[in-house]
Parts: sequence; C-alpha cells; structure tokens
Amino acid sequence: MFSKLVAFGLAAAALSVYAAPASAQATLEAVRKRGKVLCGVSPTAPGFSYADDKGVRQGFDADVCRAVSSAVFGAPDKVDFVPLNTNVRFQGLQSGEVDLLSRQTTATFSRDTSLGLDFAPVVFYDGQGLMVSTKLGVKSASELSQSAVCILPGTTTLQNLEDYFKPRNIKYEAVVFENPDEWRNAFFSGRCDVITTDRSDLASVRAIANDPKQYVILPETISKEPLAPVVRQNDSNWRDIVSWTVNALIAAEEYGVTKGNIDEQLKSKDPEVQRLLGVNGDLGKMLNLDNKWAYNAIKQLGNYGELFERHLGEKTPLGLTRGPNQLWNKGGLIYSPPFR
Amino acid sequence: MATSDSSPVRLLYDVRVRAVLYQVVAVALVVGIGLYLFGTVSRKLAAQNIATGFDYLSRPAGFVISQSFISYDSGNTYGRAILVGLLNTIWVSVFAVILSSVLGLAVGIARLSRNPLLSTLALVYVEALRNVPLLLYLFLWYALIVAVFPPVREAWQILPDVFLSNGGLIVPSLRWSSAHTGVLAGVVLGIVLACLVASSFRRKRVATGQSRMAWPYVLAALVVPVLLAMLIFQPEMAVNWPEKGRFRITGGLQVTPEFTALLVGLGLSASAGIAEIVRAGILSVGRGQWEAARAVGLHDRQTMRLVVLPQALRVIIPPLTSSYLSTFKNSSLAIAIGYPDLVMVSNTTMNQTGQAIEGIAIFMLVYLGMSITISMLMNWYNARVALVER
Repeated sequence: MFSKLVAFGLAAAALSVYAAPASAQATLEAVRKRGKVLCGVSPTAPGFSYADDKGVRQGFDADVCRAVSSAVFGAPDKVDFVPLNTNVRFQGLQSGEVDLLSRQTTATFSRDTSLGLDFAPVVFYDGQGLMVSTKLGVKSASELSQSAVCILPGTTTLQNLEDYFKPRNIKYEAVVFENPDEWRNAFFSGRCDVITTDRSDLASVRAIANDPKQYVILPETISKEPLAPVVRQNDSNWRDIVSWTVNALIAAEEYGVTKGNIDEQLKSKDPEVQRLLGVNGDLGKMLNLDNKWAYNAIKQLGNYGELFERHLGEKTPLGLTRGPNQLWNKGGLIYSPPFR
Repeated sequence: MATSDSSPVRLLYDVRVRAVLYQVVAVALVVGIGLYLFGTVSRKLAAQNIATGFDYLSRPAGFVISQSFISYDSGNTYGRAILVGLLNTIWVSVFAVILSSVLGLAVGIARLSRNPLLSTLALVYVEALRNVPLLLYLFLWYALIVAVFPPVREAWQILPDVFLSNGGLIVPSLRWSSAHTGVLAGVVLGIVLACLVASSFRRKRVATGQSRMAWPYVLAALVVPVLLAMLIFQPEMAVNWPEKGRFRITGGLQVTPEFTALLVGLGLSASAGIAEIVRAGILSVGRGQWEAARAVGLHDRQTMRLVVLPQALRVIIPPLTSSYLSTFKNSSLAIAIGYPDLVMVSNTTMNQTGQAIEGIAIFMLVYLGMSITISMLMNWYNARVALVER
C-alpha cells in the first residue's frame, strides 16, 4: 500500500506542476532570464512549420517566432521550437510550456474569451476549402451530396463543414483522422471523395501528391480562418511585443524596407520609417525592448512580403497567390496600425 | 501491565482495528489529495480566465459522427456526441472480444497439436502478432483494406446487391422499426428458454439416469416466443436496398473499413495473447486427467471438451480478464485510423471547447467504470467455475 501512496503523491505533484500558471505580466522577464523564446509550432505543416533535411525548423510560422526572438534578443536563433498538435496547443500555452503559439491557429470569439488567450494580429487570412479528384468532374461544392469527406479532427474544420452543408441539405459521410498521414492516404486511395481543411493546407496536400494535376481545389471558401499568433491573457507587455513585431514586418513591406535595403533605409527621410527603425523616437523603450527591435527583426527575417514569398508564394511548392494576404493598399487585408 | 480491550493503545495493536484504520487513512489521503488538486486546478484556471465546469456538455456539438447507434445529428449536444462515441467503443470492443476468444481458443489448442505443421503455424501466428505494437498492425490492416479494395465507384459486386469496396462492405438490410426490436426480444427470449429447457432435461438425465428425447421441447421453446412476437408486432419486411449514387452507395447495412480494420487489429492481436493463456491453462491440467479420460473411453476431442477445458478454465479466466480489459482500452487507438470512438469524439469536443481537463476526467471515469464492470463480470464467472472445495 505504501508504494501506491507514493505513486498517488507523485501523480499529485505532477498535476500541480501542470496546473501552475506562468504568472501574468512576466513573460518578457521569464524569456530574458531563460535566454530563449519558447515557441509552439505545428509539428509538420509544409510552408508554415516543418523540419528541413538538416533538422532546422523552417516556414512562415517559424519565422514569426524568429522575428520575436530578434526583437527581444537582437538575434533570430534564441528560439526553442516546441511542436504542438491541435489537441494540446492551447494547454501548452496556458500551462506555460510555451511563451507564444505561432501555428496556424484561427482567432475565434470563444477562444479569445474563454480560454485565457489573446490573439496577436492576423498573419495569414485563410479559409476552409474542399479538394476533389478531377476524375469526379465536380465543379462546385453544391454537387457533393452523398460523398465521403476526409477530415482532421478538432480545430473548426468539422463544424464549418456541417455549417456549410447542413443548410444546403448536402448529406455526407465524415471520416475523421487524427493522423495527417492516414488522412492524406485515405483521400489519395479513394476512401474519401473529398478532403477538406484550410486552403493553404490543401495546397500543401496537393503539393505532395504523386500527380498534383489530378486534384482540384473547389472555388468555394466555406469559412473565414484568420490565422494569428496567440499569447496568454493578462500580459499586455508581452502581447504588445508579439503584436507589434508582426505589425513591424507588415509596415516594413508597406514602406519598401527589405532585408537587403534596410541599412540604406536608416537614412530615410520618412519620419514613420525613422521611428520604425529606431533612428528617431523611443518606440522600442515603450515595449521594454531595445530601440533597434524592429530593425533587428526586419534585418534578420525580411518584411512580411519577403516571408510570404519565401515560404508560401508562387515560387514555392505551395504556390499560393497573395490573395487577401496582399497589403491593404494593393487590395488585400494586410494592414498595420501606424508607428507613432 | 494491566491491559483491557478498551485501552486505545491496546486497540492499535488489534489486527482488525489496524486493517480498518489503514483503509480509512488511505481513503482520507486519496480524497484529500483529490480535493486539493481539484481546488488548485479550479482556482488557477479561474485566475487565467479559462472556463471550467461541465456546462459545455449541454451545448450543441455542431459536428457529425458517421456511425451511431442512437439517433444523432449535429444539432444534438456534446454530451450526446460523447455517448455516441462511447457506444461505438463498446460495440467494437464486444466484437473484438468475441473474435479474439474464438481465435485464441483455436490457436491455443493448435499450439499443442501433435501435428508439427499445425503447431508451428500456430507458433508463428502467436509470435508475429504478439511482438509488434498494435498501432502498427492497425495502420497495416487499414492500409491493406484501403489499397486492396477498389474505390466505391468501381465497387465489386460480389453477390446481387452486395458491394465491396474501400468504402466498406454494403449489404441489403431491413428497414428497422420498433416492431423488429420486439421480434428481436422474442428471439432472445426463445434462446434463453431453450437453454433453460435443455439444462433441465440434462439435470433430470443426470438425476434419474433415464434419457428422454429433449430436442422437440428445446425447439418449441426456441420457436414459440419468436412466432408469438411475430404475431403480436407484425413487422413489415421492407428491405433497404443499396443504391449507387454519384459518389457513394447509400442505403443498406454498411460495414466501414475503419470498423473492420479496428476489429481485425484488436481481435487478432488479443487472440495471440489468449492463445498463450489457453495453452498455459491446458498444460496446467495434469497428464493423469488425460489418461483417466482415455481409460473411461473418451476420445481426444471429448477429453478436451469435457475434462481438460473445464479444469483449464480455472487457470485461464483471471489472465483472460486482463486480456479483455486491454482489448477494451486498446480500442482507443481507433483514433489513428478514423473510427469514431469515445476518444475521437472527446478529442474533437476538447478541441472545440478547449476544456481539456473536463474531457480527460470523462475519459478516466468512463474507462475506469467500464473496466471495473468487465472485471466484476469476469470475477463472477471465475467464482462460478472455480473449484468448489468441500
């Protein structure tokens, strides 16, 4: 019996460690003390976060983490990446396992209000799409009655599909997989007629098909999926740091500041560029960071447009067009509040 | 030193008092730690503005589940969705337990066969299935089913109106109504009655030594309730024919590949363990029993059925209980191959509501409750077959 009691005690201890929240308002301090930003990312999502053949984590979301690291430490490599799947990502953040979640997470009302989370600005406007084999000759989602649909569990995918199909009276068989490999294989082998997830994800599924031309993404976008980095609630300093780092990358693209020309841009006459790059003003200090915070982030990673073209754009295997992720003054939704 | 039974110090040395005391202390400790954890967790969750409590169970789930034994649609609550998942878990576990028991018994006996080919085959079967993780087998069976069978649009028609494809096996089915449920009850009643009649005849034969023809009575006990139920409920014999649509075949009874892969995976893997349990049980029965049975003129099969297996059961039942428990718990691997069991539905729920602690608590309660039920049933059976010492 004694050993059982010990086991109980250990379990209790383990649980209370899990339950201990990182105290609010102190993330920056904890990050500085540790010398690293702990960043939760997708385990494997081509274009967003994946380990390359040298084991280095690559992708758009990973570079957002590096930008935050550059803003805080002046160097992009002070990041420890923590792969979190959809099931544990919020708990990872809530329990203090990571300081920041940068992994294709849709900002929603209930997550914002009931999970103890805050969302930084949207870094990617996505939407759920449907992909089918061209052999089916399907032109529109309205033709999908009596089809079988391969779905990944959780997120908002399953509910969006039902919200879209139910009012249109489209009956379907949902085949739900936890494992992305099984999910893709089931679709490629014809177990399902349709595969659904965010359009950016569909593009990466198609990119790894034997013959990508055999598959077509249907025109309908059945949901809004604004993907944004997430931080814990009640730490406004840390939230500001993450938010304004993202905004800095966006503003840099707007003002034509790139990785290559940033040092010349230091001499720019534009007062907003001067404030952004820390030539004038004390914006960095207001964040409790060095005044060169934004300069460091842009210098190391490039601006928003550069990040997009490097990981997601038309020259990458994902081959995504900018679409809604174009700057606001070019017809898109990407917009940064002023740096003043 | 004078001592009396009422002295508290003396009481401490009483074995019975001590036994009770230990139990009380243990329970108090467990409850105390539980309360402490619960309090800490709720306080910290509240401090982080994280919603707690089980209110979410009554909110609409908003997602579909493809296989369900009770009526369910996306407008139903999370609670009902979880119940659907639980029923799916029980359904596949029950079939897997039956499959693994039948296979395990056969293979276990085959392992002891004097035919070297048969016993070697059984050995290979057991070793291959026992030494590879179940999850890998699940992936294997599922991949085989999905790769070997054609897509639904090119489904094989193996019999008229029976289709086989990687979307599953589809056969015509009855349009089920409450009348059918009534008839089913009649069938169950008939089987129970027939068993009772048969056993009463057997008891009479043992008691009096006279054998009377039993089968007409047994047959009557089997058939009469069914006929009566048919007359009372008058079920309609409407058939639900499978129908080929643009993508899928609709209607009929559909056995999905996810269910099949899980059933085969769980059943085969558990059967290897059960085969070893059966072999150990049979070996535990002394050679003398075999020889004695032969001496009274029983042949090998009779000896196995009437003499050896009943005695082996005493050794077999306790480890068999563990094996059944593992099968039930291992069914949670369903999530890897897309069968909508309790874990999958709960995971989806946890994901959508973000209330993981509650979700995990439900898991633990359900698995604990089911496991205890299985062990209680098996212990009851074990007590029945155990050697009654006089």
